[in-house]
Amino acid sequence: MTTTQPAATAERPLSKSRAPAWFQEYGVYAAVATLLVFNAFFTEHFLTVDNLRTQLIQVAPIVIVALGMALVIGTEGVDLSVGSAMALSAALLPLYLGYGLVPALFIALLAGAAVGAVNGTLVSVVGLQPIVATLALFVGGRGIALVVADGQLKQITNPDVLALGTGSFLGVPLVVLIAGVLTLAVAFLVQRTTFGRQVVAIGGNRSAAALAGLPVKRVLTGVYVLCGVLAALAGILATARLTASDPSSLGNLMELSAITAVVVGGTPLSGGSIRVLGTVAGALLMQLLTATLVKHNLPDSTAQMAQAVIIIIAVYVARERRSR
Amino acid sequence: MKPPEAAASAAAGRQSPAPPPVLEARGVSKHFPGVVALDDVSFTLEAGETHALVGENGAGKSTLIKVLTGVHRPDGGELRLSGQEVHFARPFEAQQAGISTIYQEVNLVPLLSVARNVFLGREPRNRFRLIDFPRMNSEAAALLDGFGVRVDPRRPLHTLGVGAQQMVALARAVSVNAQVVVMDEPTSSLEPREVETLFGVIADLRRQGIAVVYVSHRMDELYRVCDRVTVLRDGRHIHTGDLAELDRMQLVSMMLGREITEVRRHGVTSFSQEGHDVERRPVLKAEGLARRHQLDGISLNLHPGEVLGLGGLLGSGRSETAKALAGALTLDAGKISIDGSVQRRHSSASAIRAGISLLPEDRKAEGVVPGLSVRENIVLAALPRLSRAGIVSRGRQDRIVEIFMKRLRIKASSPEQKVGELSGGNQQKVLLARWLCLEPKVLLLDEPTRGIDVGAKAEVQALIDELAQQGLAVLLISSDIEELIEGADRILVLRSGASAGELTGDQVTEGALLEALADHSPAAPEAGTTENAGEEAAR
Repeated sequence: MTTTQPAATAERPLSKSRAPAWFQEYGVYAAVATLLVFNAFFTEHFLTVDNLRTQLIQVAPIVIVALGMALVIGTEGVDLSVGSAMALSAALLPLYLGYGLVPALFIALLAGAAVGAVNGTLVSVVGLQPIVATLALFVGGRGIALVVADGQLKQITNPDVLALGTGSFLGVPLVVLIAGVLTLAVAFLVQRTTFGRQVVAIGGNRSAAALAGLPVKRVLTGVYVLCGVLAALAGILATARLTASDPSSLGNLMELSAITAVVVGGTPLSGGSIRVLGTVAGALLMQLLTATLVKHNLPDSTAQMAQAVIIIIAVYVARERRSR
Repeated sequence: MKPPEAAASAAAGRQSPAPPPVLEARGVSKHFPGVVALDDVSFTLEAGETHALVGENGAGKSTLIKVLTGVHRPDGGELRLSGQEVHFARPFEAQQAGISTIYQEVNLVPLLSVARNVFLGREPRNRFRLIDFPRMNSEAAALLDGFGVRVDPRRPLHTLGVGAQQMVALARAVSVNAQVVVMDEPTSSLEPREVETLFGVIADLRRQGIAVVYVSHRMDELYRVCDRVTVLRDGRHIHTGDLAELDRMQLVSMMLGREITEVRRHGVTSFSQEGHDVERRPVLKAEGLARRHQLDGISLNLHPGEVLGLGGLLGSGRSETAKALAGALTLDAGKISIDGSVQRRHSSASAIRAGISLLPEDRKAEGVVPGLSVRENIVLAALPRLSRAGIVSRGRQDRIVEIFMKRLRIKASSPEQKVGELSGGNQQKVLLARWLCLEPKVLLLDEPTRGIDVGAKAEVQALIDELAQQGLAVLLISSDIEELIEGADRILVLRSGASAGELTGDQVTEGALLEALADHSPAAPEAGTTENAGEEAAR
């Protein structure tokens, strides 16, 4: 046993310097705060209600998808099909609006659940590697969406749907409110529910979890279903925001934005730990970074390079966490 | 202990003048962080001999093999190949020097063809320097024919059975002009017919003057094919000599480090000396558990209040039996009933529901979730019971965790400390707590005290005693002979996945156990064990 240490050192070892531990825990929040402070001094019209509102509205769909992605990554998996799930729900939404808002939303979310169920079954029952299993619907899901929508972009005129995109409650945009509520819900799910604790345990040591009698297959499938439903919801909100259903480009590269948010937020790709608030902060960090650079008239390419640096730092820090 | 030089000269005495041994390790040491894997070990291998390398878990066999084959570099000592000192930086260099290895698990490329695997890295070329497939295929077919494998060499390797794959590995190892072939548990996945072929190949190798290092736990095989034996224990060299001069009993006692003449019983462990009050009706009854290559019709009864020891050497099927009882291993045949009701569904979850808990052997891989806290590890299996509507009650968790941390004296800075940061002994106690908080009827303990410090070991042993007194049925697997003798009321001895005898009452002594392990006369069946014995005969 390499983990054998003298019993006397049951205390947390302090030999490692404290800075990296602190940085692992709070680095992403500190980075967001630093960025805000920087902008307060050096960027005109940044810390205004209007601008922050815009930033939050833009980041909300990413946050919603990333929450599901965080759960999947917590099981040592990954879901590449989230963008396609968004497109599929966007394609289905206008088709069923004739029956009313609720049935249409239900059908759209059901499509996300179906995508997740397929992914989950391929991973847990068939035993495919998550990256391969979800690649199938990454490719195929968008194809189905285009078939469903007849390859067309459809204007949305239903006032209820449009209200989802533009409405606000007590001054907070509905989209942002939904993302916020979901963040709290997923945090509760992870911290306090049987399901959430089982997700983390399965990610941390799958064979130990199986020997402890955990329903590994059911939990894994459930995680992918949740991820699919959250992606479908993000697809609905983005569609409402766009006032059009655009299955050919909605959610393109969303899987990468979501994975980035999760990783930058400090959730290790090796599973066994899920940082929900960190994920939100990760999404915010990437959003604010891009906005800052754009406001300073730097080209998009600079933002991309800056993002790359952040990702590498985040993965490096997470690696330190792992090796402890 | 015989000095290695003496043994070497004895074996070399057949030829004169004595050529240097084909492979020799002199005073080799190897340290890993916190562990001395090899301590001044010497090993000589003569041309044309088949040399058994034996020892229990942690004896240093694997490390020695890895040093000989260039996987590890020794910290001290030297390696000599035909008298010349050699240093292998990589396994490839050892292969180039004529040392081939066949590992327990086949290490070939499953998706390449059989012929490509045989000739990987040294494929015959045509005049365009491209692989000459027709020649390679026909040569591979001819070569494999000698190993009793008649398959189309163009087939992908993974379409072959495990035994045939093992033969391909063997063919590859032998055909690279090997002087030394190291075989690590070569028969563990072979059918009896394939084992015979393997022995035929070994006889051929001997005729060609190729030396074989043969690692196996199967006594029958060792005595059939090996000329000499080297025994390792706890990283040290114990004995080297002609195998024919040792009987099985002597060999086993050297492996386990017990003197046959001096069988003591003076309470080295923390078990109380009295037996337990055992109820007559079994709580768990297993009949004819069978699984290919691993279990061959094992039957056992486990009564409330009893500690049943499961004895056997490495690879005898002890852990597999425990896993099968806990629903974690699919069975080809067999029936398990708990409190008289037959288990229909065979899964960990259903076994746990029925009241069976298994403390697995490999604490790190199958036990702890290192990134989670002590609290979360303890309640892991009990989560559904501590929840209402899927929401876990923190209060109930904390109560259980407090009770068990106190009762098992788990040393952690707080229940929120990560389990990965604890010592091995405390990790083991956390796992025991995980199972005990389920209030099981049957507790299966697979090596519960391995790799934990002395203090924790005594505490765990005392706990096992206490649990049995409270009426729990305990199955105890241990390689520690003293632990087994003093802890168990009765010992079932396994060999090659089948029961090889049972020790009850006064028979539970070191001498009797060693004899049973060494396959002398199995302990005479007594009243009360006739059930098992009867089934043995019926098969």
